[in-house]
Parts: sequence; structure tokens; C-alpha cells
Amino acid sequence: MPDQSEMLRLLTTMLRIRGFEHRLGKYYNYSAYANLGGRRESDRTAALLTSTLYDFASSGMIGGAVHLYVGQEAVATGVCAHLRDDDYVTGSHRGHGHFIAKGGSLRGALAELMGRSGGCSHGYGGSMHLFDPAKGFLGGNGIIGAQIPLALGPAFAAKYRGEDGVSVAFFGDGGANQGTLYEAMNIAALWKLPVLFVCENNLYAATTPQRISSPLPDLAPRAEGFGMPGAIVDGQDVLAVYEVAGEAVRRARSGDGPTFIEAKTYRFHGHCGAESDHAFPDECAEWRQRDPIELLKAKLEPADVARVEAQVGEELDEAEAFAVSSPLPEANEVERFAF
Amino acid sequence: MREITYAAAVGEALREEMARDERVFLIGEDIGPVRDPGEDLWAQYRERRVWQTPISESGFTGLATGAAAAGLRPVVEIMYCDFVTCCMDPICNQAAKITLMSGGEFHVPMVIKTPAGGGTREGGHHSQSLEAWFMHTPGLKVAMPGTAYDAKGLLKAAIRDDGPVIYIQHRLLHPQSQQVPEGEWIVPLGQADVKREGTDLTLVAYSWALTKALQAAEALADETSVEVVDPRTLVPLDVDTIAASAAKTGRLLVVHEAPERGGAGAEIVRRVAERFVPLQAPATVLGAKPVAMPYSPPLEDHVLPQVEDIMAAVRRLVAWKQ
Repeated sequence: MPDQSEMLRLLTTMLRIRGFEHRLGKYYNYSAYANLGGRRESDRTAALLTSTLYDFASSGMIGGAVHLYVGQEAVATGVCAHLRDDDYVTGSHRGHGHFIAKGGSLRGALAELMGRSGGCSHGYGGSMHLFDPAKGFLGGNGIIGAQIPLALGPAFAAKYRGEDGVSVAFFGDGGANQGTLYEAMNIAALWKLPVLFVCENNLYAATTPQRISSPLPDLAPRAEGFGMPGAIVDGQDVLAVYEVAGEAVRRARSGDGPTFIEAKTYRFHGHCGAESDHAFPDECAEWRQRDPIELLKAKLEPADVARVEAQVGEELDEAEAFAVSSPLPEANEVERFAF
Repeated sequence: MREITYAAAVGEALREEMARDERVFLIGEDIGPVRDPGEDLWAQYRERRVWQTPISESGFTGLATGAAAAGLRPVVEIMYCDFVTCCMDPICNQAAKITLMSGGEFHVPMVIKTPAGGGTREGGHHSQSLEAWFMHTPGLKVAMPGTAYDAKGLLKAAIRDDGPVIYIQHRLLHPQSQQVPEGEWIVPLGQADVKREGTDLTLVAYSWALTKALQAAEALADETSVEVVDPRTLVPLDVDTIAASAAKTGRLLVVHEAPERGGAGAEIVRRVAERFVPLQAPATVLGAKPVAMPYSPPLEDHVLPQVEDIMAAVRRLVAWKQ
């Protein structure tokens, strides 16, 4: 069980993630999605595919596809609380939370979404491609499941060098159905690589419900087939995640190999953009009752919470000021990557 | 000088680079004691620097990509180039793009090393020449050594490069031997080599097609003077050397074993055409027929350009009248 100051640290991280994503609304045209509500599904899909939503011009200062992490903050926060800067993380489509939890800067992330030079990837990456070598963040990923074998690499490198670094691959229940997971689990278990496979089972792969994409509701038992411990944890309870991840990280650092963690969680917004595309609004309302931030706040002194909230608000103000004043890249700068 | 085979040259490059740089490691399928690609590397380095993997191309290529981003210099062995279909994501979506997508914050110094090519009677899943797929993907360099000398020098350059390099060997070249110097040499990526001087026609060929091209040039020596240029790497492509040769001879023929359509030859012709090099005959590509590789010898030989086919193409272009 983390002490009071550690709990405040966890709260700070979750508030950074939540606050970051809420502020995106100022610069990203979520309403383009809202306007699609109430249409027939086929019209809606067609409208989404042809919408000008992806233009910076119509959406303010952020374009493209943005996949929110709201509702899942406890997972990245509880896991990354155990990691050092020289440990590595690979993230998913929903990578803002992973990046911030791993210590990536708010200003770097916000400037990146705005396509600015000051972005963590200098405007070359975008929402799904936040990178930070100094913080051991090896990218979110636009290819579902691709990030899983990538995370084996730094774990392998740590072992190769005789260091005790660990790696974490975050993926969803959608990623859990990609073959890459099983190749990576087999290799990691075989070679006892210091890796955590963290499945954020938020019940939806884009818009496909987990109950029609997996034969069983629990994914963690799949780990048994590789002789690897698999744990199921309440992904809304950051302290529970912290506990389970702490054990897995200790295991990995001491040379005992990988662990599979399935965090049962939920994304409060749609797959892409802020509007809900959930087929079952009642289900969403029910999950929102278990907001991970509110659950943790209830365990803390209100004065402490208010102090942390104010501090995170200031950090976000600073990040915004930095991002909007950061210059856009010069177009011909891209030539440095050509050969 | 001494004589070594192409396969031995590859092994030498690996051995020297592993001895020189602690970060270099070898990973892939079937690279244990039986098929050690570097002769005794397994015996010397296994358990730490030579990793024989499960059959999991996507898994171990992804691992190597991540390891490269984290500071190691993996050499990934894909047993047959045909199997890269199973790891196109880590190669083309991940390794090729990480440097740009991270704005230059991460680099992927990795070599994907794989035997390819036809003429080995192995059928449709073990005979392909897939270099055009990689040429088409920004972020990858493509090396195709055609001699033992180049095989060693290019592999060393590829291992020392800070980006992902696809290094394609041809199986029929493995037993070919050549006089080479002692010690170390580097063949820089992006530097073509004139393998034979000539005045009447420029014949561009690489990998096993280079051997055939040189045989054709030799067989034609009494009737026409053919200059043979080996680009050695397709990305970066040394257009200067090729275009200068074409300008000198006035005729350009590119030969490769990959299908002609959308291939390296088309790209070489485009790059020369854009220089507006005046030619006395149409620039021509001679490649494989647009079919999957069949098994039976007469069928496979018919699909791939042979020495006689090259000779016929040279004669046709040299005799060309406006």
C-alpha cells in the first residue's frame, strides 16, 4: 500500500492525464463528432470517413485522429509509478496517458498534437506517435499490437547489458487478439525477459465489443499457456493496479521474467474523438460511477487534493502557453529524413 | 590476396563487427550450430550475442527494432526473404518510420539480413526477389551485394549505419569465390561500381544477375563492348555513376531477377531519364516474367532472365535503328 505522499503522486499523474485530454477540447473540434449523433450508423460511418474533421483548419489547432484515455488513467499511472527513466514503455493508439504517466512532458505532448517544432516528436509524430528517449517512451502506435514485440527490445537490451531495466507494453483487448502478442509472450517467457504485458481491457476494440471478439471475458488466463503469471486487476482502482504492477516489476527486475496483467477498465469516450460511440449508454453511465480519479480522491484529504489540482492546473496553463507559441516546423526541414 | 567465398565473406564481416562492437548481436531463425551464418559465431557467442529464435518473424523483428532503438545494433536473420511477409509491420511500419515519427529522437541501427532469389528449384515460397517492396518504403536502405568483396564491405557498412538496412544475399552466390584482400574494408552504401569497362552499352545488374550479366558481356566481347555497372545498393542509388556510364555508351539495359513490373529496373530507368541522358536505343529492363516462381527447371529457367536472354537484349539494343 503506498503512503500518503505516494498516493498524492498517483493523483497528480492521473490529473495530468485527465486535464491534458480535457484541454484538448479547446483546440480540437470534438463537435464535428457530436454533429454526427442521431444519424443511422451507415451515414455516420460515411460522414466520419469523409469529414473535414481531420483538417487543422476546421478543428482548430489540432487535427487528425485523437484517441482519448479518459477513464483508464489508473492503469498507466499505477504501472508507471514503479518505473525509472531508463525503463521503457510502448503505448497504443491511446498513448497520451502512457506518455504522461511515464514522465513525458505536458508541453511536449500538447505541442506535438498541435504539430509544433517544440513537440516531443518535433511535429513529425502526432497524437499516436509521442516519443521521448530521455523518459524511455518508445512511442504510442498506430498499428494495433505492433507495440508489443517492440517492448521486448529494450528489455532484451537491458538484459544484454546486465542492467536491471524493465519494459512495459500497453495494449487493449483489441491488441490482445493480434498474433504479435503470442509471439512476444512466447519469446519473453522463453528468454525470461523483464517485460510487463499490460492489457487494458476496456471492452472495445475501436467499436467492436470484446464479448463478440473474444470467446471468454478474461484474457489474463491466456498467460498460463506460456508459463507466465497472469493477473486480473480492477483497472479503476489505481492502488490495486499499483500493487499488482509493483510485484510484476520486482519480478522482472530480479530476473524472473515477464508478467501479464489484465486491467478491467473502460474508456469514457468514443474510440476516436470525445463523443461516445458506445452502443450501450447505460453501461457507460455505470462505469462512470467508478471514475478512477474520484475513487482515489475519496481516500485523501480534500485540502491536499485541492492543492494538487491547482498545481496541475498551473502546469497545464504553462504547457498551453508553450505549445501555442511554439513555431510550426519549416516544410523543407523534412528533407533531413530523406535519402 | 586470398580467395574466399561470398558466404565466408558474410561470415567474416559478422565476426569482425561483433568483435569490434559489443552492441552488435545476431538474432533469427535457424542460426544455431547447424546453419551458423558466421562460422563459429554460435560457438563463440551463443547465450548472449547469437540468439536462435522460435519461428516468430514478427516477434523477433519487433524485438530487434526495439533493441536498436534502445541502443543495440541487431543483425536480424530472416531465413528466406519470402518470410518477410510475416514481419512487414515491424520492418515497414515500425523500423522504417521510428526515426521520422520521433522527429529524429530515436534511431534504429538494424540490419535485416536475408537470402533471396530464384534459380534454386525451391518453388513459389522460397525463390522471390522482393527488393522493390523495400525500395518503395521510405526509411529503409537496400543493399544487394553481387560479389564476395562487396558482401563483406557492404555488410560492415550496413551494421555501422544508424538506420535500418535490408541486406539481401543471393543463395546462388554463396559458394562463389573471389580474390580479396586480407583484413578489413568498407563498401559505402550508395556507391555503384563499374565491374567491367565498355563503350557500346551500359548493362546495370546486381546480385546474381550481375554474374549473368558479366557472363553475357564476356560472351559478346568479340562483337560488342559492354560496360557492366553494379549499383550494389538500390537505396541509396548511385544515379551519377549509372547516368555517366549511360551517357558514355548511349545505351542502357537493366537486368534483375525480380519481376519487371514496378521494379528496381523501372526506378533506375526513371532516374536516368530524368537526367535527360541522350540514348541511341530505348532504355530497357529485363527482369522476371510476371508470374509466381514455378518449380520445374524449364519453367523456372523460362521465368528468370538467362545469359542468352541478356545477350539477345544487348544485341537488339546495339542494332537498334531510330
